[in-house]
Amino acid sequence: MKKLLYVLLGLAVVAALWEGYKLVGNPEGTVLFGVRVLPRADDLSMPHLWTVVERLGRPELTGGRPVWIVVVQACLFTLGITAAGFVIGAFVGLLLAVAMQRFRIVERGLLPYVILSQTVPLVALAPLVAGWNVLWPDWMTVSLIAAYLAFFPVAVGMLRGLQSPASAGVELMRSYAAGWWRTLVKLRFPASLPYLFPALRLAGAAAVVGAVVGEISTGTRGGIGRLIIEYSREATSDPAKVYTAMLGAALLGLVVAGLVSLLEFPLMRHRRHVEVVTL
Amino acid sequence: MSAVEVSGVTKVFNQGRTDEVVALSDVDLSVGQGEFVSLIGPSGCGKSTLLRLIADLIAPSTGTVTVAGKTAGAARKEQAYGIAFQQAGLFEWRTVLKNVELPLELRGMSRAERKDKASEMLALVGLEEFAGHYPAQLSGGMQQRVAIARALAVQPPLLLMDEPFGALDEMTRERLQSELLAICATTGTSTVFVTHSISEAVFLSNRVVVMSARPGRITASIPISLESRDEAARQSPAYFESVTSVRQALRGAPLKSAS
Repeated sequence: MKKLLYVLLGLAVVAALWEGYKLVGNPEGTVLFGVRVLPRADDLSMPHLWTVVERLGRPELTGGRPVWIVVVQACLFTLGITAAGFVIGAFVGLLLAVAMQRFRIVERGLLPYVILSQTVPLVALAPLVAGWNVLWPDWMTVSLIAAYLAFFPVAVGMLRGLQSPASAGVELMRSYAAGWWRTLVKLRFPASLPYLFPALRLAGAAAVVGAVVGEISTGTRGGIGRLIIEYSREATSDPAKVYTAMLGAALLGLVVAGLVSLLEFPLMRHRRHVEVVTL
Repeated sequence: MSAVEVSGVTKVFNQGRTDEVVALSDVDLSVGQGEFVSLIGPSGCGKSTLLRLIADLIAPSTGTVTVAGKTAGAARKEQAYGIAFQQAGLFEWRTVLKNVELPLELRGMSRAERKDKASEMLALVGLEEFAGHYPAQLSGGMQQRVAIARALAVQPPLLLMDEPFGALDEMTRERLQSELLAICATTGTSTVFVTHSISEAVFLSNRVVVMSARPGRITASIPISLESRDEAARQSPAYFESVTSVRQALRGAPLKSAS
């Protein structure tokens, strides 16, 4: 309940900042020595929030469906792509982390490339993947791009988690004659959960970015990424429209983050702060 | 057949490198059935290393370690010993009961059976009411008792303890010492106990093995004979005499190499 209140408060602060800047900002933007240091505050660059909300209710094109339905549908399409990318990415990240924990040589050999993989610009990579022309629908290509971003936080976070047990725990398992697999299942995996969930949340956000950018650079139709591009073309005549699509993308990110947190809840019940009994 | 037989063991860490350390040099040790032996010495004398060798957590550079007539490795695979460290090392995501069940689980014992066994062990250390608690909810002393219950769960013939009471306060420590002695007496377990407390070693042991550092080796083996092991024993002349002789041995006074 309190949490919800804070969320609403945060939204109110953002809205107040937006409208506040519109109120005091120079409509032409503030220019210092020929450099624009503050953005334009006119209705074309920063439409009023109520204009954006009102735009959601009006039809996309004359006689068409209302914008909000189009945006929600596009978000659902992208949510599907994101989910597929997230699942693939998380799974690959998990496998990589386990392999790196198991074999030190794999960690040494692979970890630099895992980090390097994230420095390759996505916009350069996406058309390349799209150009493979594999026999699968476009959306799978976009999922793959989302997975490419999502696997990284999981691989790195999970590796730290798997390496987190103290040597006493590892020695204890050895004293029980437990092999690598049973040590993984009984000790390393449960110990890694506090590391895994923040990593999954990052992966969720990364998958959304990957899906949106992937849609744009592969030209996949039907998703929110495509919608942002389409609407931004109309920015001069209908500035509020592109903001409705961006609102949708932001909402998508929140929904994904929320869904990942739901995963965490049943598994982390007992890790919260508890009162200590002294006897 | 003795519970533990260590003969001619040398342990060198980082052999052949510049940071080579001789942790143990030519160590012989024999622990009899049901005997309680303490290893005591200054830090760096290799007492923990010796315990880990017996537990087969590390391998000796030379020499042999035998536990109950088998090689240390075979003994470990049969879970022929229970072990407890200075840090309780409980798994925070498991309840107290589930922690004690862990070694039984890894032995493939059935769910009902291991629950009974673990409850029994918790009763032994006086924590049966806390079976459903999580480790973070318990004080350090209670956590250590759970760790001891866990070490005893498979009813091993041998108990290896590495300064298990080192992190506890004096009062808790004395109470746990008495509990440990009672448990060892009822179960007939042989024990190797690493400590740096002279009074603890004397109070608990049938024999105190004194070690010295650089290189780690055994310098004396002092038998302790106390009439009883209760509060009165802590005040008895025999107790103080033993404390004195252990202290002398630790200081490197001329040895009257006792038995």
